Amino acid sequence: MAQAEGQQHPLGVYFKIWALLFVLSAASYMVDYMQIEGYIRWFLIIIFMLLKAGLIVAVFMHMVWERFALVYAVIVPPLVLIVFVGIGALEADYTWFARDIFLSPNDFVVEAHH
Amino acid sequence: MTQTAQATTADSTDLLPGTSGVVADWSSDQRAFKRVPWGKAMMWIFLISDTFIFSCFLIAYMTVRMSTTDPWPYPSEVFALTMFGHKIPLILIAIMTFVLITSSGTMALAVNFGYRKNRRVTFILLLVTALLGATFVGMQAFEWTKLIVEEGVRPWGNPLGAPQFGAVFFMITGFHGTHVSIGVLFLIIVAVKVLRGNMDDERPGFMTGKPQRYEMVETMGLYWHFVDLVWVFIFAFFYLW
Repeated sequence: MAQAEGQQHPLGVYFKIWALLFVLSAASYMVDYMQIEGYIRWFLIIIFMLLKAGLIVAVFMHMVWERFALVYAVIVPPLVLIVFVGIGALEADYTWFARDIFLSPNDFVVEAHH
Repeated sequence: MTQTAQATTADSTDLLPGTSGVVADWSSDQRAFKRVPWGKAMMWIFLISDTFIFSCFLIAYMTVRMSTTDPWPYPSEVFALTMFGHKIPLILIAIMTFVLITSSGTMALAVNFGYRKNRRVTFILLLVTALLGATFVGMQAFEWTKLIVEEGVRPWGNPLGAPQFGAVFFMITGFHGTHVSIGVLFLIIVAVKVLRGNMDDERPGFMTGKPQRYEMVETMGLYWHFVDLVWVFIFAFFYLW
């Protein structure tokens, strides 16, 4: 009975994912080490991050072998965070704008535009 | 079981009243997550709540970083170390990342050997995972000391630029470090349970009174992998961005 509920998989899977995680970590560190800048830096950081996160959740946390009832219960709720990121960005945007106008030392220049 | 069957078919007079009714209702045979031990399902529910906590921190970090007009300190240089006469950028954080990934691997193996009912190997792997976790916390203590004593970074400000940097840094890495520390503690507890043969003999658990099985190691593993997962996001957004 306990055997039926357990997650038993061949060891090779774990070693492969382990190696992949090392490679991806090294790759994301190289982004910083090579001083890659601009959009390509952000793109690479996000890609390596998502790949690492995906591999950990899928294999190490056994998500690919779980039934969809559990997978959906775990994956779907955090999707609302995308909305939260949007709200945060909106807030930050006008806060920065207000600070730039009223608090920055060169608000004189901003005045000249009016 | 007969009581549960009655409760679903018969009228409300058969249901237990009051506090025992609460227990009876919630423990009735309504199982959404088939073939998942309840401990594991509950760990997943907890991890979802923890996801929201860390997300709140990271989104708050995004908001303060986007809205500050002061220059943001360059993490690559702040966390650089001089090793062998060279200044290597972000090296301490890179080593911490590798330590945590390594511990995630040993944890995955511990879960696997647990289900093979290999008591000794599971114990050793759990202990190695705990040791790597402790190493991570130790390096984090070193990192904090360096930032507080040498760089003068405080939660309310720092000489490197935007004061929000200190607040975010101590909040996020502190909360993550606490998670790692608690994980190390529980890894040791589970390791001792495994070594004593609690899982082999299916002895009743200290808190639940239910027979302990090697599923416990998997539940522990979920927590530990989650801690590693959070670090993946902190590493990307705080240290590399």
